[in-house]
Amino acid sequence: MRQIAIYGKGGIGKSTTTQNTVAALSEMGKKVMVVGCDPKADSTRLLLNGLSQKSVLETLRDEGEDIDLDDILIEGYGGSKCVESGGPEPGVGCAGRGIITSINMLETLGAYTDDLDYVFYDVLGDVVCGGFAMPIREGKAQEIYIVASGEMMALYAANNISKGVQKFAHSGGVRLGGIICNSRNVDNELELLTAFAKELGSHLIHFVPRDNMVQRAEINKKTVIDYDPKENQADEYRVLAKNIDSNDKFVIPKPMTQDRLEELLMEHGILD
Amino acid sequence: MALDEKNLEAMLDQYPAKVKRNRKKHILITNSKEEQIIEANTRTIPGIITNRGCAYAGCKGVVLGPLKDIVHITHGPIGCGYYSWLTRRNKAKTEEPGKNFLTYCVSTDMQESDIVFGGEKKLSKVIDETVSIFKPNAITINATCPVGLIGDDIQAVAKEAEKKHGITIMAFSCEGYKGVSQSAGHHIANNGLMDQIIGDGELEEGPKGKYCINILGEYNIGGDSWEIERIMKKIGYHIQAVMSGDGSYEELKNAHVADLNLVMCHRSINYIAEMLDKKYGTPWLKVNFIGVQSTINTLRNMALYFGDQKLIDKTEEVISSELAKIEPQLESYKKICAGKTAFCFVGGSRGHHYQALYQDLGIETTLAGYEFAHRDDYEGRDIISEIKGDADSRNIPDLEVTPDDKRFRLKISPERLEKLKEQIPLSNYKGMIPEMKDGRVVVDDLNHFETEEFIKALNPDIFSSGIKDKYIVQKMGIPSKQLHNYDYSGPYAGFNGAVNFAKDLSMSFESPTWNFIIPPWRETPLLEGSIEEGEA
Repeated sequence: MRQIAIYGKGGIGKSTTTQNTVAALSEMGKKVMVVGCDPKADSTRLLLNGLSQKSVLETLRDEGEDIDLDDILIEGYGGSKCVESGGPEPGVGCAGRGIITSINMLETLGAYTDDLDYVFYDVLGDVVCGGFAMPIREGKAQEIYIVASGEMMALYAANNISKGVQKFAHSGGVRLGGIICNSRNVDNELELLTAFAKELGSHLIHFVPRDNMVQRAEINKKTVIDYDPKENQADEYRVLAKNIDSNDKFVIPKPMTQDRLEELLMEHGILD
Repeated sequence: MALDEKNLEAMLDQYPAKVKRNRKKHILITNSKEEQIIEANTRTIPGIITNRGCAYAGCKGVVLGPLKDIVHITHGPIGCGYYSWLTRRNKAKTEEPGKNFLTYCVSTDMQESDIVFGGEKKLSKVIDETVSIFKPNAITINATCPVGLIGDDIQAVAKEAEKKHGITIMAFSCEGYKGVSQSAGHHIANNGLMDQIIGDGELEEGPKGKYCINILGEYNIGGDSWEIERIMKKIGYHIQAVMSGDGSYEELKNAHVADLNLVMCHRSINYIAEMLDKKYGTPWLKVNFIGVQSTINTLRNMALYFGDQKLIDKTEEVISSELAKIEPQLESYKKICAGKTAFCFVGGSRGHHYQALYQDLGIETTLAGYEFAHRDDYEGRDIISEIKGDADSRNIPDLEVTPDDKRFRLKISPERLEKLKEQIPLSNYKGMIPEMKDGRVVVDDLNHFETEEFIKALNPDIFSSGIKDKYIVQKMGIPSKQLHNYDYSGPYAGFNGAVNFAKDLSMSFESPTWNFIIPPWRETPLLEGSIEEGEA
């Protein structure tokens, strides 16, 4: 079982990329579980064709400790298993602790079955506190992919997340599997991301071009593969899934200084 | 056996260099020829086994806890509430039927889901239940660590509940980590009481023709406050409020009418004392009711403040009659105690106060110190301006008070105040060190290692501290007297208290128990070596 966590700046497209990749993996016949680690509980919407999921924490709160796996684990597109950790409303409580509780609950209930090929954790934003680092601690996710684009703040966040990965790489076994570019059509994006990934000691696992198809599928509560399997964009996600499936380059990232990151942008980020 | 700078240095040399550098600033040997500075109220070195408590302990446990007609809610997981339940021996008599809640422990018992989703709803439900079950005169909410981490807005919950139930409901953000010790919690509690209770009452002045006083920083451990009140009433004082031993919301809200505030524990209550001075024009007098001579001095200082000959005469009359009663009783105990030595490491004031009582009994204090005091408790208030604030002290907001438009009234003329200040400790505290003889050891935030080392070096006859180090010391063959909770005894304050203390100490000294304890180093040498044959 490969356990993978997807990190990246807020709004970069983690959930969309994760679900489209999961759809492609499921199409390949892989058994996949997706664990949404975002209090908004919207990490499985496209696989489930809508927000029909009751989150682990909601269930825990309403029904106490005595819950069945079936209450929280729902089958989505292509036989993928979907779980939402959930969390408090904005501004109250501790969402980080919620993720810890929820992953512990999944383990207790035996959600991690041997027949699974993949578990994906879709994690909110930067690693803001210990709770959001939970999926990469204690031997859970072993592989991290960071979703980024050519925008400055996305790269800044990706570099920051690498610092977290580096920290846990030394105490646990977690490794960076690569950078996924979710293109924003900025200048020289492919070169910039390739150089950025290389500088981290990693590689660009795939460059996903910007395509309005993704938006159309999302409005219809579907992944691209589900909405229109013949679309070019569906093939892009199939390539991403294949690259992840055959990936064998797992590294301890070497995060760069702010100065070096800015230098990199100067070198590659401007078309002349 | 005395300790000199050389022995002290050798003792501290056993520490790693960085620890030594830190601890050295917290220890001094008194020398009146020098201006001595001691570091205090700074972070304890992790792992050093300190005796200190946390901000929640200082707020809920010490200052608020003794207020009897108030229900004190601990907002947090159950441990903090449970382990602070009835542990301070602050006694109280029920005045209003059914309105003494000290024996209860009320907690929100936060569970994992309250941490994740926030504990505000549960807290307001607990307040509703508290009001309907107990009907208290007021409620305090005391935050424990997780509350601050998850950001529950307890102030908003309190405000909402106050509107709903029509009683005073106060929230204290006294999360344990808020300061370096319980001292932070005292300050937080002081601010809350000043802001939300004191001055809420309708009284404009105390009873006519009576000298009206408040006793601040007296927590009625083992009944201390009752003994003090007995003496006061005999002389003819009217006690408006005690903060907070056997205290109540009902008394406290009219504390602004007093003509004088007595400050017993300077550390835990000096904030309120200062604010009362500023807001209502009431000066405070540093008092000490621990020890016969210090009680006498305190009573004389009080009489001098009011300056009424009748009161002065009555004070002398009471002193004479009390002395006539206790002196014969003390006589036999003094014979047992005389010539002995003591360590006195307690709290933020008792480390100073009890030296006076030891002295009455002929016992010399060779080492003294405080757990959580600040530099002014050691060196006197004159140095307060020299104390630099740090990140920890800035954590607690200073409450700004201004003179009350209607109720501010100078209790004595500024000229008389200045004159009195030269004679008595009025709105001033000189600290512990100036009252100690030269060559004595003063230690701030004493730890386990130093406790053992100082005992070996100075070999005291009695060790007075708390529960955390009591049994270690007794296993070393030295009697230990808890001066936090008095080991189930007391009162120790005032005239009768001195007799109780002398009796308890004498029992400790005379107990044959100590002959049965042979500490390991009496049997096996601490150093091992062999004598080598050869040229000398």
